[in-house]
Amino acid sequence: MKKLVREKSFGFPGVFPLNTFILHSEMVPFIFFIPVILSFFVLIVRSGIRFYFVLSLTVVTILITSIPAISLLLNSTGATLLFTAAGPPGNLTFTIDRLSSFFILVTNFTVLTAMIYSKGYLKPYQAVKTPARLSLHYFSFVWLHLSMLGVLMLREGLAFLIAWELMAVSSFMLILFDAENRQTLKIAVNYLIQMHIGLVLLIIAFLLVEEKTGVFGFDGLTPYFSAHSNILLFFLFFAGFGIKAGFVPLHTWLPEAHPAAPSHVSGVMSGVMIKMGIYGIIRVLASVQADWFLIGIILLAISVISGILGVILAIGQHDLKKLLAYHSIENIGIIGMGIGIGAIGIGLHNPWMIFAGFAGAMLHVLNHSLFKSLLFFSAGSVYQAFHTRDIEKLGGVIHPMPQTAGLFLTGALAITGLPPLNGFISEILIYTGLIKGLSAGTVYQTMAMMLAIIGLVLIGGLAIFCFTKAFGITFLGSPRSEIKHVVTEAGSSMLGPQYIIAGMILLIGLVPVIFVSPLIEVITSTFPASPELVSGTLLSTLTAISRLGFLFLLLVAGLFFLRYLLLKRRRVEQQPTWGCANTMGNARQQYTATSYAATLAELVHPVMPETQRYVPVGEEEIFPAIRSFSQHLSDVFQQIIQKITFGSMWVLKKLARLQTGNIQHYILYAFVFILIIFALVYLNLL
Amino acid sequence: MGFLLAIVVTLFFPGIILRVKSRLSGRKGPGVFQPLRNILVLMRKGSIFSSVSSYVFRIAPVIYLATILCAMLLLPFPGYPSIFGFDGDFVFFAYLLALGKFLFIIAALDTGSSFEGMGASREALYSLLVEPAFFILFGTLALLTGFTSMQEIFEAFQVTGHHSFIIGFIGVYLLVQIAMIENSRMPVDDPKTHLELTMVHEVMILDHSGFNLALMHIGTALKFSMYGTLMANFLIPLSWGLPEKIGFFFVIQAIMATVIGLMESFRARKKLARNPQFVVTLSSIALVAFILVVLITFNRI
Repeated sequence: MKKLVREKSFGFPGVFPLNTFILHSEMVPFIFFIPVILSFFVLIVRSGIRFYFVLSLTVVTILITSIPAISLLLNSTGATLLFTAAGPPGNLTFTIDRLSSFFILVTNFTVLTAMIYSKGYLKPYQAVKTPARLSLHYFSFVWLHLSMLGVLMLREGLAFLIAWELMAVSSFMLILFDAENRQTLKIAVNYLIQMHIGLVLLIIAFLLVEEKTGVFGFDGLTPYFSAHSNILLFFLFFAGFGIKAGFVPLHTWLPEAHPAAPSHVSGVMSGVMIKMGIYGIIRVLASVQADWFLIGIILLAISVISGILGVILAIGQHDLKKLLAYHSIENIGIIGMGIGIGAIGIGLHNPWMIFAGFAGAMLHVLNHSLFKSLLFFSAGSVYQAFHTRDIEKLGGVIHPMPQTAGLFLTGALAITGLPPLNGFISEILIYTGLIKGLSAGTVYQTMAMMLAIIGLVLIGGLAIFCFTKAFGITFLGSPRSEIKHVVTEAGSSMLGPQYIIAGMILLIGLVPVIFVSPLIEVITSTFPASPELVSGTLLSTLTAISRLGFLFLLLVAGLFFLRYLLLKRRRVEQQPTWGCANTMGNARQQYTATSYAATLAELVHPVMPETQRYVPVGEEEIFPAIRSFSQHLSDVFQQIIQKITFGSMWVLKKLARLQTGNIQHYILYAFVFILIIFALVYLNLL
Repeated sequence: MGFLLAIVVTLFFPGIILRVKSRLSGRKGPGVFQPLRNILVLMRKGSIFSSVSSYVFRIAPVIYLATILCAMLLLPFPGYPSIFGFDGDFVFFAYLLALGKFLFIIAALDTGSSFEGMGASREALYSLLVEPAFFILFGTLALLTGFTSMQEIFEAFQVTGHHSFIIGFIGVYLLVQIAMIENSRMPVDDPKTHLELTMVHEVMILDHSGFNLALMHIGTALKFSMYGTLMANFLIPLSWGLPEKIGFFFVIQAIMATVIGLMESFRARKKLARNPQFVVTLSSIALVAFILVVLITFNRI
């Protein structure tokens, strides 16, 4: 999105007729294959220039895909760009409309920043990992990018599913970067299995469509939906895409896989890859013909639950990256709320809900990709410097790493949805949709909207709770464990992209109009709605917010100036923290993450059960020996899924007795099977 | 208008509370302007910062006060537009205050003191539990009036009919309680018992000194008069002339300060473990108002 401004100076859409050029050139479709071919060179290029090769490859890919996307978003006439490449196996059509343009730009921005960040992040690994491993890593990274773009541009069922599968496999390879760790291996396999469950659901959904309409792909959806039940197929797609997106209770892979991957990968996975699920849901929703209201209500309910549970479970985490991963679930919930409100709006013909809801959801897609990647990157810098992600062992990180701390704080304020940063803009759009929806329909709808408002407020409050904990315990106070090595601030290749993201966050927060008005175009071209009634008011609200945002910054600056004037002539001292006249306290007496979260953990016991492990001191034990105490807050859904898997494992183990390895037994099985078939035929049952 | 009047009220609001409390406990008590003088003294002092703390500790008080001042710009006054009101401004209002609270909490954590960590954790919990009450209240009003900016809501509210008395009563009650909890006053926490016995608000500002401490005190005082102004919007009739309105406004604020003083004198602090229940009660009361409005809107009454 950063490029949006720069590209504009090339002079299109007005001066240089790039659209016509793209549409009429025969060569253009094959441009998309250039990165695909070049990507294989990543495997053979010298390790000295590998990074620069991959970086330029990424930049080329971004240019190829962003130029049509931007031209489409800026141009108000053309709705879709088609690029058909005729080849021996058949035609391959790349379709870019406004919806995919938006997602393409979001993806490109995050991938670019992650790419630059990876230079610094992977530096310590250069000595440890073999060059082949690193090549494979970069190769997978490039392919993750390419496959995501493929998902966004391909509409034909088989091609789409192949891109979808490539996305799962390349991210699986990326998680495996740390495969020496057995735990990582287990997590990666778990991830791969869950992704394939999602894939199977999608294949079934596409096949159902094909059976009725004869078209295998998204183009078959509209005819299907106009003739058959909407809600069932939609929720089949929703389940398939929802596993990727991480809606509760389909989320269990997410908090494991994101922390296991290297930080730049976590940033991309959490920032954009899970959004492919959101893209799929919106794409399917755009073809839905009826049942809007019911779909919207169910979507809203699932999303509110995802949002609240995501953030509650995040509070229980002590692994910094796992905490962030749970927040992805929360944010997916917020995005889903927006989509749900939009769908209800279409059902009720309420343009307010349509535009506020969908614009909020899509802007939150962009926002989340920004602040989540920022948070993962800064958390990665902390991990690289301290070799631990356990926030109970960290503390006082702000002193050696002031810039990283400031960046994390920016991300934290943005993700909690506080003004004047970007998270607030998308949340207020969703609030607007909810509030407008309060008085737009039946009693039940009013109740649903109010419950959703309460849900969103709780999400906001809980997020503040969570991020004051995450930031406060990790970065503030004094170190909770002894660090043997010298810790320095992260390098410029790691800080640079983070500053760019932080700049974007502030830009969206202060001048939201330039981002929301293209989104209104996206919504108009995707859904059956016209913006005449609302877009003016919506944009004037945003203008008011940006005015207040600037005013707020002025106020802050003014107060700082006042303090500077007053303190200039006074004594400013440094003294130990006040501790009731006791200055002997050590760092271990500080409030910990566990104690900070304890007040809340009590209230949310049912979804976040606590287990404590310790041996109690016996009565006759006068001099107790050394003991250990451990406390663990867990995710109730993971426990449920574990129970199911263990149960099925038990059954499968029993069944494994049949597998004796004795050839005579197998012949016997075959014989019995044939007998059964005969019997069934004889009895006319088959 | 609302902004300026609220600022004026802030000058004596905390003084009245102090005065009422000291009279009721049999002391003569300081003058009404004593808290103001304290702040002026603090302004003229130097600062001591904890050696553990970082730049977060230094910027937090400034942002805290700025959020409150900025939120006050959205306050309407009956019959007069707020300076910066817009559709859905109460969401901005609440979130801006939340930003201040965020900074306030991490500033407490910045000192590495376990007291302040304790206070921070509780502050975060209470404010998260009290937030829904505010939103339900304003959602209810939005449903009742069909408007979404605070100024339009209050203007339309007064002409909705007799049931506006019931809703108005609930609204006023909720705002008083929210103000108490936001500032960690009596039923939740006791500001009189200093130091380690006071576990929420007072403990969080232990390490602030001089100018920064003054900013924190100003912020607290402003919050009271801010909620008082919101309350006045419920109570002051639109049809009155400006002098009457302003006069009544001051009376309302003085009564609110007195009521807070009374409540603090005659009410015992709740057990800490009971506090969440108490705070959630407010949301339930707001929900009652909401259901009432739903019944009214859909003509079931």
